[in-house]
Amino acid sequence: MSQIRYTKEHEYVRVEGGEGVVGITEYAQQQLGDVVFAEAPPIGKALKRGDPAAVVESVKAASDVFAPVAGEVVAVNSEVESTPGLINEDALGRGWLFRIKLADPAELGALMDESAYADYLKTLG
Amino acid sequence: MRYLPLDASDREAMLARIGVPDISALFADIPADKRIEGLLDMPLAKSEMAVEREMAAIAGRSLAAGSVPFFLGAGAYRRHIPATVDHLIQRSEFLTSYTPYQPEIAQGTLQVLFEFQTQVAALTGMEVANASMYDGSTACGEAMLMAHRLTRRGRAVISGGLHPQYADVCATLARMAGDAIVRLPPDLTASEDIAAAIDGATSCVIVQSPDFFGNPRDLAPIAAAAHAHGALVIAVFTDPVALGALRSPGEMDADIAVGEGQGIGNALSFGGPYLGLFATRARNVRQMPGRLAGETVDAAGRRSFVLTLSTREQHIRRDKATSNICTNSGLCALAFSIHLTLLGAAGLRRLANVNHANAVRLAERLAAIPGVEVVNSHFFNEFTLRTPRPAAALIEALAERGVIGGLPVSRLLPGAGLDDCIVVASTETNSEDDRAAFARALADCLG
Repeated sequence: MSQIRYTKEHEYVRVEGGEGVVGITEYAQQQLGDVVFAEAPPIGKALKRGDPAAVVESVKAASDVFAPVAGEVVAVNSEVESTPGLINEDALGRGWLFRIKLADPAELGALMDESAYADYLKTLG
Repeated sequence: MRYLPLDASDREAMLARIGVPDISALFADIPADKRIEGLLDMPLAKSEMAVEREMAAIAGRSLAAGSVPFFLGAGAYRRHIPATVDHLIQRSEFLTSYTPYQPEIAQGTLQVLFEFQTQVAALTGMEVANASMYDGSTACGEAMLMAHRLTRRGRAVISGGLHPQYADVCATLARMAGDAIVRLPPDLTASEDIAAAIDGATSCVIVQSPDFFGNPRDLAPIAAAAHAHGALVIAVFTDPVALGALRSPGEMDADIAVGEGQGIGNALSFGGPYLGLFATRARNVRQMPGRLAGETVDAAGRRSFVLTLSTREQHIRRDKATSNICTNSGLCALAFSIHLTLLGAAGLRRLANVNHANAVRLAERLAAIPGVEVVNSHFFNEFTLRTPRPAAALIEALAERGVIGGLPVSRLLPGAGLDDCIVVASTETNSEDDRAAFARALADCLG
């Protein structure tokens, strides 16, 4: 059973075993508009929580994607690098960016769950 | 209102705030021997007429490129620039406009850049070129940084045939970026083994052709060796006219092509402003520095131009931009484009052939002088002479005889053991009389 957690910067991390799948949220992709470019971090890179990890670029803006939790990058979604529009089509599914080996699962506690994130979005109007 | 608003206590407060002891500490990066202490030794006032007379006398001591037989190249080339070029670039729409910050309103400027990019891409055999950089050396340094981003490696191998000032710019940028460079020793005869210097940590190899000493180089085997290690090849040229005669960097499998564009459309102008050319493969475009004009259609379906992929640039990406460059050498690029358009493909080839033929005639004349040797087995319009006397003194002696005979290698590579070498360039501007004058003066100096 996987659990999903969110950041205030609109990244998600879906926990599967000891690993987390990271991407940007449905809200983030709507705000960005058509994504034309996505760059994942190099495999093997050790990230601290909050490190700039990936880049997502739309016709309107370029945004850094920050590591929601610390850990080592173990896989990247090469499909989304060649077809960035997957982020618009399926942000939480095929639009994932990279997979991270969790250094400290306790960090997840600092992130929002689905309902907390939904409440947070309401405060953004 | 006071004209000099700062007093000593203001300055002290500002220095204390930024944590430096005195104003001279702000200039610590400038070597001491390059700084002027105190005031220049100049008279306080003279009449306008007296100043003009004195300046004219000083100017009269110079040997100007256009007034004497001139064979200096080594990165900057004297060319005949058609009068049309100067006439057109002085139109105020071009002459007074700055890099477009509200780009789409400046359709003419964008179209010029688009045409320029198209020409540079065709000339270098690449798929995409940017709207230009400041000069060849900074384009070279930017290419190295781009290779570091693309390969996620930080060690560049620099050929011993690369222009020493280009290599210096790369070394400075690498030092600031915390990267490493492997600088091969000066390579007079293009005999270095670049492939042996490439390994799995190499980001790129930077190779110039024709090289600093005038040797054309086959980049294809170097590219094969580099690509086998996952490294990129940066092809450098200092005279774009050479591309009218030689295989293009793209044909030789280079990944990035950079060079100095001054040699088409732009005068020597005492060293600047010049024009950096920068081209690469389409797959690398996201990591390319600089501005990029693109072609599109407007709402009514009409052909129009935009600045594209701007998210690479500093005004959007800030500290994560591909480069600090947020402009380009617009007017120099325009001059390049007009001159190249006037030449056309056939004209460029003919110009290149004339350059080469003149250089061959010159080399034959000079090699006939006892003790003088042409080092190169092949060359385009520039070659290296070995002379029986130290080259620097020989160049001075030639200048006393009214001939600018080239660049003594020791001036850019002191201590390299090449004190008897002169890099000599010849373009279409050199006449038979010029060559005869050079040969006569050189024989006289050595006689």
